[in-house]
Amino acid sequence: MTRTMQKSAAALIGCAFALLAAPAHAASGWALLNMPEGVTELSKKIYDLHMMIFWWCVAIGIFVFGWMIWAIVAFRKSKGAVANTAMVHSTKAEIIWTLIPVGILVAMSVPSARVLIDIEDARNTELTVRVTAYQWKWQYQYLGTDVGYYSTLAHESNTARQLQSGIDPQTVPNYLLDVDHPLVVPAGTKVRLLITAQDVIHAWWVPDFGMKKDAIPGLINEMWIKVDTDKTGRYRGQCAELCGRDHGFMPIVVDVLSKGDFEAWLATQQATVKQAAAPATAAPSIS
Amino acid sequence: MATHAQAAAHDDHDHKPHGWRRWVFSTNHKDIGTMYLVFACTMFFVGGTMALVIRAELFQPGLQFVDPQFFNSMTAMHALVMIFGAIMPAWVGLANWMIPMQIGAPDMALPRLNNLSFWILPFAFTLLLGTLFVPGGAPAGGWTMYPPLALQGGDSFPMMIFAIHLMGASSILGAINVVVTIMNMRAPGMNLLKMPLFVWTWLITAYLLVAVMPVLAGAVTMLLTDHFFGTSFFAASGGGDPVMFQHIFWFFGHPEVYIMILPAFGVVSEIIPTFSRKPLFGYESMVYATAAIGFLSFIVWAHHMFTVGMPLAGQLFFMLATMLISVPTGVKIFNWCATMTRGSLSFEPPMLFALAFLFLFTIGGFSGLMLAIVPADFQYQDSYFVVAHFHYVLVPGSLFAIIGAVYYWLPKWVGRMYDQTLAKWHFWLSAIFVNVLFFPQHFLGLAGMPRRIPDYATQFADWNMVSSIGAFGFGFSQLLLPYIVIKCVKAGSKAADRPWDGAHGLEWELPSPAPFHSWETPPSAAIIARGAEH
Repeated sequence: MTRTMQKSAAALIGCAFALLAAPAHAASGWALLNMPEGVTELSKKIYDLHMMIFWWCVAIGIFVFGWMIWAIVAFRKSKGAVANTAMVHSTKAEIIWTLIPVGILVAMSVPSARVLIDIEDARNTELTVRVTAYQWKWQYQYLGTDVGYYSTLAHESNTARQLQSGIDPQTVPNYLLDVDHPLVVPAGTKVRLLITAQDVIHAWWVPDFGMKKDAIPGLINEMWIKVDTDKTGRYRGQCAELCGRDHGFMPIVVDVLSKGDFEAWLATQQATVKQAAAPATAAPSIS
Repeated sequence: MATHAQAAAHDDHDHKPHGWRRWVFSTNHKDIGTMYLVFACTMFFVGGTMALVIRAELFQPGLQFVDPQFFNSMTAMHALVMIFGAIMPAWVGLANWMIPMQIGAPDMALPRLNNLSFWILPFAFTLLLGTLFVPGGAPAGGWTMYPPLALQGGDSFPMMIFAIHLMGASSILGAINVVVTIMNMRAPGMNLLKMPLFVWTWLITAYLLVAVMPVLAGAVTMLLTDHFFGTSFFAASGGGDPVMFQHIFWFFGHPEVYIMILPAFGVVSEIIPTFSRKPLFGYESMVYATAAIGFLSFIVWAHHMFTVGMPLAGQLFFMLATMLISVPTGVKIFNWCATMTRGSLSFEPPMLFALAFLFLFTIGGFSGLMLAIVPADFQYQDSYFVVAHFHYVLVPGSLFAIIGAVYYWLPKWVGRMYDQTLAKWHFWLSAIFVNVLFFPQHFLGLAGMPRRIPDYATQFADWNMVSSIGAFGFGFSQLLLPYIVIKCVKAGSKAADRPWDGAHGLEWELPSPAPFHSWETPPSAAIIARGAEH
């Protein structure tokens, strides 16, 4: 389905035919053509919206490009076409091609506004994690607990990504999309992320969660995710706002656990923090 | 025809200065226009080289050639050079050449100002390109200069800001000149609604420039004082707001987008009727649509920053206002299609570029509409989808229109015809490679590749390689342009006064090459009437 849609898009401008026709070997980048549907309630709505607008564009494109191609083919001077120089204006036509687009826009904007209102409805969240961005790492703090830690690019990726490292990125698992300590959230739970930054502006983006939000020093942005219960697993994303030299090297990894597993994980983390804090008084809660 | 002969006769004993003085002290709209165009072409290749550095690094995953900091410099400098050094000066150059000829004026209204506005540019770009050689390297915080990141710049930071001030001053002076010329120098009988569309679009562009370049100057000055004089306009720790910069910047930035595309609409509105041998369909609605786009450009800026966290009402407003732009833009596309309908089409190089504009700008329009949808934009924002979008409107949009304009008016400028076969090669190579270059970037963005990264995860490797191949193909194809122009100037065959049989407009009533001073005596009503058969 997805491939067919994208194929028609490419066909519109007649490029990359051969490439698209090439067999898409599994796990190959050729197959990556469209936005992921994602694993949250919102991401699916956003995906549907994206596809709706895409199909509108395809429909308008068939009409407009069809008209252009027809005009180019049918009215060639070389085929003896004679210009009708009196055809310079038509109020009727102009009213039609103003009003029909307005109608299409209304048809697009109503569902868009609905989804937007859903996105902005951050009431009744069950868990809050503060996400703080730094050049060039993320910090996650579970509000109401002592659990908190930094999340940085995994060592293996970091070695391979050095200039002329000589390491083939294809041999590194999840090259540039792997971290030492992923964010852990429970599935089926409305999790609120409070996003901010300590130095420059960053943006927290996991495509499978449907959206990104800027992390801005001095401001706290809010965003919520509710991963489907059956979609536990590991999801990856990246910083999406240029934040300096290593902007490309501060990935985001989220482990989505079942509610029970998450509670167990959190308890273990709590215990570790307590243990660490026990001997030394007033040790920082950040590991 | 009497006027015509007079103008030509006068030109014979016209003493134009020779040697370097002709250029440095020039007050002639054609010479200044030529300098603008040569400058723009030079900067186009400078900025293009930077783009090739970017695409070379992105050819494969892993860092092969450049440090990430230098990569960031390349993305920032590529944008600054292309926007302020290539596209904008090219439009001012075309305005200089064509506006006096098209409205029946002898020259621009303010010739010394014209000289100043051009000669500021080499200094501005010496300063900007000089940042490549200072400690800390060139600006690496993006052409958008968002604080606090931009404030981390080294010695390049004040140089960039002064360079932008100079470019802004140059643009404002050029824009004032265009407004004054169009308002005061039109030949008697050339009323506003008889003006060619290129003049109309430039008039509206000039107003946009005058309105927003000072806003940019204000924003960068605030950055400067934040950095050097302890103010906190954009520093939250001092009571400021980093997001405020983005609001101010994009209040400039969005009209800036139309500054680069409106004259393209004008050029396409000249070329398509000529090679359809039929007047432009819906002339007045074209003018009104341009004005509507100009107005709307002032109230949509925040669609560049949907992810900063805005109130729901704000997001809805900017979404709806942005979507609205597609209405007047659609009117334009439909009018161009209607112009071709029942025409008698031929496909000389200018027409080919105009047609590519029509197809590919429309694709950029579609992705623009998609980007306006806020929830979807939460995915698209700052991904390669955005990169694909704005390159579709700027490269096959603005740039193709500029190239089309050069191929359209070159015979008039130099009095010689260029090698049309070679120009068609230039077209086909450009049109194919531009799609190989930018179309896959839609896929990359949707699949989750952020923009402005020097290295990427391996699943993005295939399409990046395709895109880089397209980039090199496109870049090297562009070398044909200066080659064709130089060959034409040196050895082209003699061009007729009206080299395109369907061409209307006052510029085609002048001899080829156009005399040093265009219309020393205003054209007669009869000539204007003939030219105004849009």
